[in-house]
Amino acid sequence: MQLTYPKDAQQFADEVRAFVKAELPPAIRDKVLRHKRISREEQVFWQRKLCDKGWATPAWPKEYGGPGWTSLQRHLFDEVTSEEGAPAAIPFGESMIAPVLFRVGSPEQKAEYLPRIRTMEYFFCQGFSEPGAGSDLASLKTRAVLDGDEWVISGQKMWTSLAHLANMMFCLVRTDPAAKLQEGISMLVFPMDTKGITVRPIITLDGGHSTNEVFFDDVRVPKSSLIGEVNKGWTYAKLLLGHERSTIARIGNSKRELRRLKAMAAEQRINGVPLIETQSFRERIAQVEIELTALEITVMRVITAADAGALGVEANVLKIKGSEIQQRLTELQLEAVGPYGLPFDVSKGGPESNIGQIGPDGALSLGPNYIITRVVTIYGGSNEIQRNIIAKSLGL
Amino acid sequence: MEFALNDMQQMLQDTATRLVRDRYSFEQRKQIVAAADGYSPELWSEFASLGLLGIEIDEAYGGSGGSFQDVAVVLDAFGRGIVVEPYISTVVVGAGLIAAAGTEAQKEAILPRVASGEMKLALAYAEPDGRYTASHVATTAKPSGDGYVLDGRKAVVLGADSADMLIVSARTSGATTDPQGLSLFLVERGAKSLDIRAYPNLDDRRAAEVTLEGVHVAADALIGPRDAGLSVLDPALDRGAAALCCEAVGVMSALNEQTLEYLKTRQQFGRPIGKFQALQHRMADMAIAEQQARSMAFLAADQANNPDPAARAQAVSAAKVQIGQSAQVVGRGAIQLHGGIGLTMEYSAGHYFRRLTAIEMMFGDIGYHLARFAA
Repeated sequence: MQLTYPKDAQQFADEVRAFVKAELPPAIRDKVLRHKRISREEQVFWQRKLCDKGWATPAWPKEYGGPGWTSLQRHLFDEVTSEEGAPAAIPFGESMIAPVLFRVGSPEQKAEYLPRIRTMEYFFCQGFSEPGAGSDLASLKTRAVLDGDEWVISGQKMWTSLAHLANMMFCLVRTDPAAKLQEGISMLVFPMDTKGITVRPIITLDGGHSTNEVFFDDVRVPKSSLIGEVNKGWTYAKLLLGHERSTIARIGNSKRELRRLKAMAAEQRINGVPLIETQSFRERIAQVEIELTALEITVMRVITAADAGALGVEANVLKIKGSEIQQRLTELQLEAVGPYGLPFDVSKGGPESNIGQIGPDGALSLGPNYIITRVVTIYGGSNEIQRNIIAKSLGL
Repeated sequence: MEFALNDMQQMLQDTATRLVRDRYSFEQRKQIVAAADGYSPELWSEFASLGLLGIEIDEAYGGSGGSFQDVAVVLDAFGRGIVVEPYISTVVVGAGLIAAAGTEAQKEAILPRVASGEMKLALAYAEPDGRYTASHVATTAKPSGDGYVLDGRKAVVLGADSADMLIVSARTSGATTDPQGLSLFLVERGAKSLDIRAYPNLDDRRAAEVTLEGVHVAADALIGPRDAGLSVLDPALDRGAAALCCEAVGVMSALNEQTLEYLKTRQQFGRPIGKFQALQHRMADMAIAEQQARSMAFLAADQANNPDPAARAQAVSAAKVQIGQSAQVVGRGAIQLHGGIGLTMEYSAGHYFRRLTAIEMMFGDIGYHLARFAA
């Protein structure tokens, strides 16, 4: 099902599509479509392409290098680039720390960080969660103590995605242990090669390495690493976690996966009949397509409200439904290939595969992808936490 | 249906439970999975000496002449330890098929060696384009001299790389989707022109793509009636599905215990997360799902050997659907309630989730069995 947009928006979408088709190397596109890992070099390559075109960091104000698009254009850009298999922007620099810097960064910090985030010369990771601080993030224990002109950091972060690829981190640290939990937290930014930082991989159940533990052993960073005011870090964390509401629904990503599901279901056969023509499977595809359409329209409504100003709990709605739809699509894709969902190749059929091609084209990525996509209802504030927020907003 | 364990079953349960406790800790399992064979030949011998490989095999062939329910008790315990040894392929499906349909010579050659741990079996029935439909067979067996020549490809054959003997379905007459015209053959692992391309599955067990390119077998390799092999294959596959149901209940039960423990100990917001009602209700649904699954596993075990094909098919399919649905509730729920830690390799809960995910794709998924039940 295709929604219609105003003519100029449609033209914009066509322009984006033509650009991606012309500029995105087939090898990268293929990796995205097959759920394979994108290398740091490939990620940076695509970001530089966008920079050259003036389309990088779509949500940034024009003065910092954003393209000055409307919310609708940003939404369409995200959707079309996802559908076409472009690597998704890594949110930590562009969508998380940058908006905080816009608000409270010093002129020096803005001048140093923002242009380099834009080109990905600075590749950021996010030091938030800890072993004892997951959903209850405010209970974090990593300490930072001011010693002369330096902060001295000690403690441990966990689930630090891409810390092994990043060269910068923004980090929440406790600077006032005596204060109320939320009031003794500060935000620091520093290079990952600072002495005393150790990154240890966490291998996830799909066999992949995308997240890490990070240990701080008396790590000394300059006083100027502080973002905004001391002990105001929690406010900034809330600010950045609520940013980029329209892309949280992952509409473009899900549309791409829906298309892939339909292609697989057309190819796979049960007793000679294409799976997509069996009523029960066809109806289940229809069901997720309808949910996705509803969510896309919800996103459009949120965007309209965003242009007008304040937002309520819409971001929470988009996170919950968007993540559930993503999971549903991985479930149906895995089911589509039947017993060929069983072979397990940690490279997801990549060149480093030790088992080679098994079963239908692309089938090897489906099991690992099903498994790892369970994370989308957990990260970024679990769906239980999101529902609590919605319930609270309803006055319960 | 008998719900209480008899003396024999109590003894088997104690034996298998002790074995899993002493020899199959999560750390020990890690080593077994990482080893060259992907399972432990040493433990396999131990299974044999404890009498676990010949439970159902007739005493005349070196077994104990027990029932499917006796095997079910062991499967439950193995599920609790997510034991990776190819027990269902060899003992339940392979030996079961030979016992039901083999010639006297075949039984004598195979069953005592299964019971003693000297021989492992694998059933190569699925084909690349056939999904779960056992009658979809393009592999051919053509008469040649005093035997047959087999040509074709078999898909995702569980336990093939550790098996000494394969049981292969092939077409002796009819078209690819014809329910008639199938025959079953014994093919030795070392047979010429037989290629076994093994790989790990997402539950850490091994399977293989098997290619037969002019594999010669003797006339006495035929198992059961020629051209009516489906009548032998179907009961074996039902036994396999029933066995998975019994094992899955053990997996779910251990996983629920672990999740419950996590809810009681993991602290967030100054209290155990199990104090939050949203999480309590999800855990309650997981407990209910386990109970529903357990009930249907009793039905599957009770009916697994029913000679009436229609009654057996309906019971086993009903059980496999319920187990599949319960496994989703328990498996996905466990990951969600554990949070990130449940999705890491170094924590055991995720491996239970992976096994439940794999069980859904073996011997027919929910869609397959729902259609079969409703037919």
